[in-house]
Amino acid sequence: MRVTDMTTEYTTADGRRIGGTVMEMKNITLRFGGVEAIKNISFDIREGEIRAIIGPNGAGKSSMLNVISGFYVPQDGEVWYKGAPRPPMKPFEVAQQGIARTFQNIALFEGMSVLDNVMTGRLTHMKTGLFAQSIWKGKAEQEETENREVAERIIDFLEIQAIRKTPVARLPYGLKKRVELARALAAEPTILLLDEPMAGMNVEEKEDMSRFILDVNDEFGTTIALIEHDMGVVMDLSDRVVVMDYGKKIGDGTPDEVRNNQDVIDAYLGVSHD
Amino acid sequence: MTNRIIPTLLRTQVVTAAVLAPCMGQGLGGKKLTNRLDGASGPGSVPALLHRNAKKFASAPAYREKEYGIWQSWTWAQTEEEIEALALGLLSLGINEGDFVAVIGRNRPRLYWSMVAAQMVGAIPVPLYQDANAEEMAYVLGHCGARFVIAGDQEQVDKVIEVQDQLPEFERIVYLDPRGMRKYDHAKLDQYMELQDIGRSKRAELGAELEARQAKLTYDSTCVMLYTSGTTGKPKGVVLSNRNVIETSKTSAEFDHLSQSDDILAYLPMAWVGDFIFSVGQAMWTGFCTNCPESADTMHTDLREIGPTYYFAPPRVFETQLTNVMIRMEDAGRFKKKLFDYFMAHARKVGPALLDGKSVGIWDRIKYAMGELAIYGPLKNTLGFSRVRVGYTAGEAIGPEIFDFYRSLGINLKQLYGQTEATVFITAQPDGQVRSDTVGVACPGVELKIAENGEVFYRSPGVFVEYYKNADSTAGTKDAEGWVATGDAGFIEEATGHLRIIDRAKDVGQMASGALFAPKYVENKLKFFPNILEVVVFGNQREECTAFINIDLTAVGNWAERNNIGYASYQELARHPQVMDTIQAHVEEVNRSVAQDEMLSGCQIHRFVVLHKELDADDGELTRTRKVRRRIIEEKYADIIAALYDGSSSVSTVTEVTYEDGRKGAIKATLEVRAAQVQPVAQKMAAE
Repeated sequence: MRVTDMTTEYTTADGRRIGGTVMEMKNITLRFGGVEAIKNISFDIREGEIRAIIGPNGAGKSSMLNVISGFYVPQDGEVWYKGAPRPPMKPFEVAQQGIARTFQNIALFEGMSVLDNVMTGRLTHMKTGLFAQSIWKGKAEQEETENREVAERIIDFLEIQAIRKTPVARLPYGLKKRVELARALAAEPTILLLDEPMAGMNVEEKEDMSRFILDVNDEFGTTIALIEHDMGVVMDLSDRVVVMDYGKKIGDGTPDEVRNNQDVIDAYLGVSHD
Repeated sequence: MTNRIIPTLLRTQVVTAAVLAPCMGQGLGGKKLTNRLDGASGPGSVPALLHRNAKKFASAPAYREKEYGIWQSWTWAQTEEEIEALALGLLSLGINEGDFVAVIGRNRPRLYWSMVAAQMVGAIPVPLYQDANAEEMAYVLGHCGARFVIAGDQEQVDKVIEVQDQLPEFERIVYLDPRGMRKYDHAKLDQYMELQDIGRSKRAELGAELEARQAKLTYDSTCVMLYTSGTTGKPKGVVLSNRNVIETSKTSAEFDHLSQSDDILAYLPMAWVGDFIFSVGQAMWTGFCTNCPESADTMHTDLREIGPTYYFAPPRVFETQLTNVMIRMEDAGRFKKKLFDYFMAHARKVGPALLDGKSVGIWDRIKYAMGELAIYGPLKNTLGFSRVRVGYTAGEAIGPEIFDFYRSLGINLKQLYGQTEATVFITAQPDGQVRSDTVGVACPGVELKIAENGEVFYRSPGVFVEYYKNADSTAGTKDAEGWVATGDAGFIEEATGHLRIIDRAKDVGQMASGALFAPKYVENKLKFFPNILEVVVFGNQREECTAFINIDLTAVGNWAERNNIGYASYQELARHPQVMDTIQAHVEEVNRSVAQDEMLSGCQIHRFVVLHKELDADDGELTRTRKVRRRIIEEKYADIIAALYDGSSSVSTVTEVTYEDGRKGAIKATLEVRAAQVQPVAQKMAAE
């Protein structure tokens, strides 16, 4: 298996700068009782790139994302983040380290407005305490203004101005997905994890979402790791792709390399595993 | 309807403005600006008006735009500086006098400024419809030979880049929104603000040239070129001079007493002449503030926040808003619904009379005041109409119920009639003389004439200079004496002097029996039903009339929801038997109404189908301003029309559709052809 050169920085054909490794999975194995969801997988994520994890249903993609986000702690292997092994931590501590995510089955605050939901993404950037926030004078007020500005820029970026004050519960699925992306972006993450951002969308919504993902990466230089099983979308979006099947890594490389990989073709076209 | 239409149509009438314009020569909201500024003695161009405003109203808001959730505003002084910076920037790119500068994007202050900046350097701005596809855009850009394009965002830039090989004169794009633009090859691209900075830095060098170019602008130099929407054939470039724009802005502003303290919301396409007159012409003349919404989707929220005092919308917008109000009232609690119905009934009774200043009894006045507190006030606030002093609708006929609904709330909604070639204004309704079935009296300075075939002609200071590079069309539209054919058939009411329009002159035809065929007349009656969105009536040179109908998905969808009728698509809902029954009832009601009119009773609809798809501009069936393109529809749906006339009870068809991203697909459907009851022709009634 040929893997793209990982040692030096390079510039992509469309002019984006891809930096060094920001996160690395080293021999990760994850078990649930007797089930091995992830079997000895290693790969890296480089600064500024769009890294996809694909695979058929039940391949272990979501488990992998949960390992990256710190929600699952693997039995074996290490997650290296910014050049050092990451100790087991709570999900909120991971968030504080600059990793934000969206969920496969949308996890927004349904009763709150879109703006309030996006503002919750700013939580890790707020320093004033409960007391100052409730009195809302001086520092807390200023902080709110600053954070609101960031939230508004993201609302503008994702073109959801029209639903700014709409309660999330009233939104259609495609827009909820976009609001989730907005909330994740509001955290100004180093790495953005997207769990099936295109699941359940129609062609037009998929195209919109693809454009937003590319724009986010381009505009903010955010490193993006995404899970998706729509092959077409993934191949167009990502710089490098990890392919999983039955918990194992069966391919890793640029979309072209992966597309021509016999194991990947077999996994997708359905060759019997024996 | 009256049966006087035809006798009146056949007479040639000339009605001059002196008779019909009681409002002429009134002041400008108390400000005396008039004489100092006419072409001969004062600033005779839009940039000159800008400089005047920058001095006169220096710190008053000129443009606002909602961005990042906040209304950002620019004063007249700031606006002048921004526009000059851009003009200098354009000079640094080597723009020549007489060059065409295309402007494409949604309504944003900076795009309005770019039009004025182009005028400053002696170039001619050409605003384009932002939802035009690349080919449509290529035609216009190629026709005027635009050297520069000022584009709102990446989407518009992409379209221009896609067709640039067909455009030999095209040189550079200036884009506004930098999003997604970083990866582009910038050899032919400039960012708007960066170009302004370049302009600012070269002020010393290029300032004199800018002054010289502005000094050369006269009342007769070209102000703007606007392309017609192309209901028939290719769009034509209408050249308007400073005289056209400034004179029209002046007289129309005086007609409605517009002043510097007014506010408008700029949300209609920038390529449309009305938007240019409201947001540039009248704004520059009176110095009022032009507010731009955050995005097309937030228009209603922004409308509510700004509360414009001067407002324009096509009937469709008013219709949609009324439909939404009614839908929401259906869902309201019983008490609220009762209260609403009670006070709205009262409003319909006395509201229009109060608005026209007619005498109304004291008890009715008290009741109306209570209604204002309980219903009308809050409703106007929700709609964003609390402050509207002058509201206009035009472009299509508006349903009497819709029109009366807004007027009964105390909103001074009026109708006007105009076209690009007239720099908008031909007729308008003066305060106190407002009715839903006329388009008003001739505007100040406008003369009207009805030709033998019923076509309306006019002559005014707003009459366009020419169609660009199309002398034949110019000659065919405008005669040597300056009379312009509107292409609409109508007549002038003798008693009031109001103009009434019945249809496009070329669409008015004859049925096989010799009876008059006026499709629009029937279509409008049908479209006044909230359930019906679009109608196309056929019958020219035929024995009887038939129709295509589009249901209104919002209204019918809401009805379906309330009655527990499940549907997956427009197509499925459109063929539902109950929907068909409702539409049939509407058609029969219209037939009864049409039968009342002796001349038009032949236009009753005998058979109809509810179409399986909505007519759409992307499929070429409507113009970008949503007018029906009859010929294209007739060709495209020839099979369905055949079925309407051969007596079959259903027809199977396959229709090609274009999705928003330009891809094509096909819809297959079997349509039910329904026969509607028609009334006997009402000749006896007329004879009595």
